[in-house]
Amino acid sequence: MSDQGKTPEDPKAEAHSGSEFGRTTRRTFLSRLGMVGLLASAGPIGSTLGEQSHTDPAQSPDLENTVPVTLRVNGKKYDVRIDPRTTLLDCLREHLHLTGSKKGCDHGQCGACTLHINGRRVNSCLCLAAMYQGDEITTIEGLGHPENLHPMQEAFVSHDAYQCGYCTSGQIMSAVALLNEPCGPEEAEVKEFMSGNICRCGAYQNIVAAVQSVRQTTSKEKPA
Amino acid sequence: MKLFELARADDSGQAIAAGAKATTAQQGADIRFIAGGTNLVDYMKLNVETPKKLVDINHLPYDKIEVLPDGGLSIGAVVRNSDLAYHPIVRKNYAVLSEALLSGASPQLRNMATTAGNLLQRTRCMYFRDTAMPCNKREPGSGCAAITGVNRSLAILGTSEHCIASNPSDMNVAMAALEATIHIRGTKGEHSVPIGDFHLLPGNTPHRETVLEPGDLITHVTLPPPAPGSRSLYLKLRDRASFEFALASAAVVVTVAGGKITRARVALGGVGTKPWRSPEAEAELTGQSATPAVFQKAAAAALRDAKPQSQNGFKVELAKRCLAHALKLVTQTA
Repeated sequence: MSDQGKTPEDPKAEAHSGSEFGRTTRRTFLSRLGMVGLLASAGPIGSTLGEQSHTDPAQSPDLENTVPVTLRVNGKKYDVRIDPRTTLLDCLREHLHLTGSKKGCDHGQCGACTLHINGRRVNSCLCLAAMYQGDEITTIEGLGHPENLHPMQEAFVSHDAYQCGYCTSGQIMSAVALLNEPCGPEEAEVKEFMSGNICRCGAYQNIVAAVQSVRQTTSKEKPA
Repeated sequence: MKLFELARADDSGQAIAAGAKATTAQQGADIRFIAGGTNLVDYMKLNVETPKKLVDINHLPYDKIEVLPDGGLSIGAVVRNSDLAYHPIVRKNYAVLSEALLSGASPQLRNMATTAGNLLQRTRCMYFRDTAMPCNKREPGSGCAAITGVNRSLAILGTSEHCIASNPSDMNVAMAALEATIHIRGTKGEHSVPIGDFHLLPGNTPHRETVLEPGDLITHVTLPPPAPGSRSLYLKLRDRASFEFALASAAVVVTVAGGKITRARVALGGVGTKPWRSPEAEAELTGQSATPAVFQKAAAAALRDAKPQSQNGFKVELAKRCLAHALKLVTQTA
C-alpha cells in the first residue's frame, strides 16, 4: 500500500511505478480502490488479504515444477520462472503484468488475446509461453503509446470502433497484422480476415470502417 | 490442465526416441509431439488430452514447401496452414487445398496450425470435449452419449455403434481428393501411407484414429503432380459464413476433355468419421458429360451408405447438394 498516495501527476511516482508507460492504469487504479475499500470496511480480515496480495507465489523462484523462461516482449527481455502449463497470455498478464492482451474464451475462439509473434498474429491463449523463447513478441503495449498512437489505434478511436473495449486490443492486433496479409480491398474481405475476433458489443461496422480507413491511407502513401 | 514436462527436440531422432516411450500412438497418448498447439492445448485445458510429456517439434527442419522432381509438391510437417494456403504453387496447382485451408478456423489459428497437426486434428463432438460425459473415443468402453444425444453436427458416413464423431478438418478433405501421401519416420525407419489409409474408421476402437505407432513422427506430406487439364475446388457449407466447422463440404478435382469428364476425384467433409473419399461418385462421373443429372447421380452414389442419426438427417441432402454444386462450379467454363 506504500504507493497509495501516488498520482499520475507525480513524476516520481511515474518513474517507479514499473508499468510500461509509467501511468496509473485502470487495473492498478481498480485494484487500489478495492484494497482501500477492503481496509476501510473489513478491519483485520482486510489487512490479512492485503498482506497476501503482496506475495505472488508464481514469482517464487524455488516453487516446484517451474522452469526458467526468457521472453522478448516489445523489445524488452524478461526472465521468469513459470509452470510449463503457463500460456503466453497468462505469462504476460500475471507474471510480466502486461495486461493489454485480454482473456476472453481462453480456447482460441474469441481473439481477445491476439498478439504478434515474429510479426504474425496468433491466439496467445493457445501458446505455451516456454515454447516462444527467442521469438519477438509484440503486444498492444508495444504498438503505440497514449501520446504516440499507432495509426490503427488512432483509427479505432476516431471511428468509435468499440463499446466496452474488452476485445479492442485483440481487434487492433489483428487489424495491424491484416495490413501485411493478402486481404482484398472489399469490406467483405476485411470481415473474413477479422472473423477470428469476436465483439460481443457488436461494434463490427465501425471496426471495419477503422480498418479500411487505415488501409486507404496506407495505400495512398505507398508509391503506385 | 494436468502437469507435464516440456522438452524440445532439436532433431528427429530425439523426437522419435521420446515419442517411442509412449504406451499408445500419438492421439490421446501420454507423450505428445506439439507444434502449433491449437488443437492439443485446447484439449489439454479441457483435460481431454492429459499428456505427461510434450515434445516441441517446431525446431525440426520440416518447415519447407518444395516442388518435387516429378512436378509434385512436398509439404513439411510444421508448415503453417496460412503459409501453405497462400503459397503461389498451391494456389495455382492445388486450389482445392488453398481453399480448404482458408475456409478453416481463423487467420490467427491458421498462423499457428501445422500440416501434421491438422492431419491429427481431433473431433469437435461435444461429448468428446466434455470429460463428464461417456465417450468411447476418449475413454474406451464408456459408451457413446452422442448417438442418443445431440448429434446434429456429427457423422453420417463411416460411423459405428461405438462412435459417430466427425473428422473436423477441411485440409484433410482436400488432401484426400488430391491423393496425398503421408511420410512418417519412426523407430523402424521411414515409411509412407496414402491418406486414404492414414485415418481409421471408428469400428469398435474409436480411440485409435490413425495408423501411427508410438514414436512415429510425420515429417512431410507429398502431393502428386496436378493432373493435366484438371481443375479443383472446395465448397464448404456451415451454420455461419466464417470461422465455423463444416456441416458438409466437398473437395473436387475434375478433368473435362472433349465434353466428357475424363478424371474425377471426390472427397466429402463434415459428414464422415474420416476424410471421406468417394470412389462411388468418381465412378459415376468418369466418362460422362458434365451435366446436372450426372452430378446428382454422383452425389446420390456418394451418400448411398449414409446412416443419419436422430438430428442430422438433413446432412444427407445437404451433402448431396454440396457435391453436385461443387461439381457444377468446377466444370463451368470460365
